Amino acid sequence: MTVGIETILVLLLMTNVALLGMSRLGACVLIVALQGVLLGVLTLLFHPGVHTLLVGLGSIALKGVAFPWLLGRALRQAEVRREVEPFVGYNLSIVIGAAIVALSFWIGSRLPVAFSVVSPFVVPTALCMLLTGFFLIVARKKALTQVLGYLVLENGVFSFGVAFAPEAPLVVELGVFLDLFVAVFVMGIAIFHISREFDHIDTEQLSMLRDWRQGGDQRD
Amino acid sequence: MDALSFVYWVISLVLAPLLLGVINKTKAFWAGRLGPPLLQPAYDLIKLLRKGAVYSKTTTFVFRAGPVVSLAAIVMALTLVPLGGRAGLLSFQGDLVLFAYLLGLMRFFTVIAALDTGSSFEGMGASREVQFAALAEPALFVGFAVLAQETTSLSLSQILSVISIETWGQSGPALALVAVALFILFLAENARIPVDDPNTHLELTMIHEVMVLDHGGPDLAFILYGAALKLWALGAIVTHIMLPVRTGIFWADGMIFSAGMIGLAIVTGVVESVMARLRLTHVPQLLLGAGVMAVAALVLVWR
Repeated sequence: MTVGIETILVLLLMTNVALLGMSRLGACVLIVALQGVLLGVLTLLFHPGVHTLLVGLGSIALKGVAFPWLLGRALRQAEVRREVEPFVGYNLSIVIGAAIVALSFWIGSRLPVAFSVVSPFVVPTALCMLLTGFFLIVARKKALTQVLGYLVLENGVFSFGVAFAPEAPLVVELGVFLDLFVAVFVMGIAIFHISREFDHIDTEQLSMLRDWRQGGDQRD
Repeated sequence: MDALSFVYWVISLVLAPLLLGVINKTKAFWAGRLGPPLLQPAYDLIKLLRKGAVYSKTTTFVFRAGPVVSLAAIVMALTLVPLGGRAGLLSFQGDLVLFAYLLGLMRFFTVIAALDTGSSFEGMGASREVQFAALAEPALFVGFAVLAQETTSLSLSQILSVISIETWGQSGPALALVAVALFILFLAENARIPVDDPNTHLELTMIHEVMVLDHGGPDLAFILYGAALKLWALGAIVTHIMLPVRTGIFWADGMIFSAGMIGLAIVTGVVESVMARLRLTHVPQLLLGAGVMAVAALVLVWR
């Protein structure tokens, strides 16, 4: 049981690092979906009960299926494939990821927790996801990656909440889900509109450039 | 030093080229070919050893020393590695540092022999090799540090004899991370596919092969044999971590170990068959990823 939980927590840590090193947006969306599913399974493993069953299945359905579908759709419509020239390069991002892991474990070991936690890794993992999310939002240029960063950030908050799920009322969790859903929905639409505007201008210029060159060639 | 370890060491020296044969057979199977015979790497070595060597006039003694020193370093390194569940031929506290730096020495001599030729291609290969090695070494050391912390020992033989199924039960996630990190390093150090393609002979895309372009005859045989031994030595470490089963019976342990090594070779072959070589700019990411896994494992065991 504990080994299962710790395996999932380590997998969550690895998804964070993978997210920092990936440039393909489709793969990033898939990784965030995987993170959502892992979180759902984690909730189910932590405290078996009706309350956590709802939250866990909700997490899998929303973060593992609904969000990736929404974001994948935005991705297809926007026709962007990869993050180009992020503010912080991928290699440096991975190194910073390692630093984030170390930092969050250091803080996690010092943080006094008022309740008993199933595994000592829960709090550091949650902190690590929080920080990774923040970092993604700051370090990437594409709107989609920033949304993913926001999702990872929220995953961190969620996994922190999972640690004391029986104490927290169900309404709060569901409220968070609703907020999140609306946020991602709005962001998905926003991404689509931004990219439509920019794509329009871009392709127009490119095709004009080619036409002019062809015309020039014919005249010669 | 004990007799059985010596037996394993000698057997390893003889069988090392076979591992390459297994990898090639696996790749051939995946590609639907018959593939070269299992002993082909050994035949190649014999063929090369019977040839004469040609040396360019621009090279110095460094070029001739390169293959010899490399082979000596890796044979030495193999004595430190526990084989078949037995302690290594030599073992003392801190030998994992010596092991890492014997690999470093091997690489250093391959690199300066390549630079000695004055060929621009080989200089390029040398530069790549050193760049990637600089990224792989921290991962190797952090990985070793995890194992040392987990087993409170600084000797490869002791570390790998302490790791057992119970250790996996206690700190499975950390060990799994280290095992994966070391497997990535195993592929990188041996110039296997996600990092380097051992089959390509296009100078622009390869790393290890390009450094040994000017070696021929016995020198090339030494280099190929050294590479096979390196594959065996690093493979033995990975196998011991992934398959920590020990019965105490000589033949049974030997069988388990051989099965593990063959399994590792098959996995390597499968990886090579299903993956394409990474672009050179992506290789550092892979190696840094391995490093991060090792760091995460270190954080997990340090608590």
